[in-house]
Amino acid sequence: MPLVFAGVCSHAPGITGRKNLADPQAKSSFYSAFNDMRDALRRSAPDALVIVGAEHFANFFMNNMPAFAVGMADRYEGPIEDERWLGIARRSIPGNKELSLAIISSLMQTIDVAYAEEWKFDHGIMVPLHFLTPDYDLPVIPININCQGPPLPPLHRAYALGQALRQAGDALPARIALIGTGGISHWPATPNSGKINEAWDREFLGRWKMNSRDQLLGYSDEETYRQGGQGGFEIRTFIAVAGATEGSAGEVWYYRPIPEFAVGCTVGVVKLRPAGD
Amino acid sequence: MSLYTLQKLLYQLNRDPAIRRRYEEQAEEVIGEYELSAEELEALRNRDVGLLYVIGVNGQLLMHYAAMCGMAWPDYIEAMKEGVRRHGPVRAGIYAMVKD
Repeated sequence: MPLVFAGVCSHAPGITGRKNLADPQAKSSFYSAFNDMRDALRRSAPDALVIVGAEHFANFFMNNMPAFAVGMADRYEGPIEDERWLGIARRSIPGNKELSLAIISSLMQTIDVAYAEEWKFDHGIMVPLHFLTPDYDLPVIPININCQGPPLPPLHRAYALGQALRQAGDALPARIALIGTGGISHWPATPNSGKINEAWDREFLGRWKMNSRDQLLGYSDEETYRQGGQGGFEIRTFIAVAGATEGSAGEVWYYRPIPEFAVGCTVGVVKLRPAGD
Repeated sequence: MSLYTLQKLLYQLNRDPAIRRRYEEQAEEVIGEYELSAEELEALRNRDVGLLYVIGVNGQLLMHYAAMCGMAWPDYIEAMKEGVRRHGPVRAGIYAMVKD
């Protein structure tokens, strides 16, 4: 059936790991937006959550880097990082192997994806789950886009991945929710950590809200690197959600640069059009 | 150019507790299993995070190595800045993909 929920959010490790360093009002307003997203997700009564993220050399390294990879297990674990560093306790997270297999089989009609029967989530997935499914009671299907470094999948392929995801969801009886998580501009783990290009972020979010395919795909990697840092490559995750919700507008529920979290903190939700509309 | 090999060592140190244990006990033996340049070996022997950054190691690998070496976050950031002051701009890898 059609996607029951779609949205985007940030995942920087400082959001949970350095939560006490940020301005308390900024932190609580952002956490509150995450809570609103959790409530909306829950109201959509999903059977599974597909989360499109961009991991950071947790499972995939440059010896065998997939452009796109999809988890296919009944169980995952995370976080792979030090629990105290991230502020999230290590635990098991439910998956759904059968549903993964159905989605992967559908995706592969148009997109070549790798699959992984083993996957340790890093902060890129654990931070969103910490807020959105705090009881870890919703099966998760992780999808990774290589956003770490060139050769990167072109933006139009990230959009096409989203379109293929929508097609897969439409054909399945399951109620699927979709979250894309990444950037926007940030310079993680470098001397520029904490730098945020708010103007570039807002311009990108404007394009994302309109779900303007041409505008979303109009960035070169060099421009993204200059304006949004290497963390900006993660716009691919937002673009995948746009591809999965083509024709629907997005709403930005929250955007605020929080330097201690080293990212422009974002929560956005797509106003999905009812089936048959 | 052995930046790939250098990053693979750091990746394995980050992710493989057995290799990490061996490294803590017998660093030279572990380092010797990787084909590295003299400068890379020197940076590892000195735990010189600043030089590793300038050589081109990705921060997503380097920050965990720095933590393994007992560096607090502000010291990690400062070590990279000091590396650039001493050795010049990053030479290879993702942070050198766009030339100013």
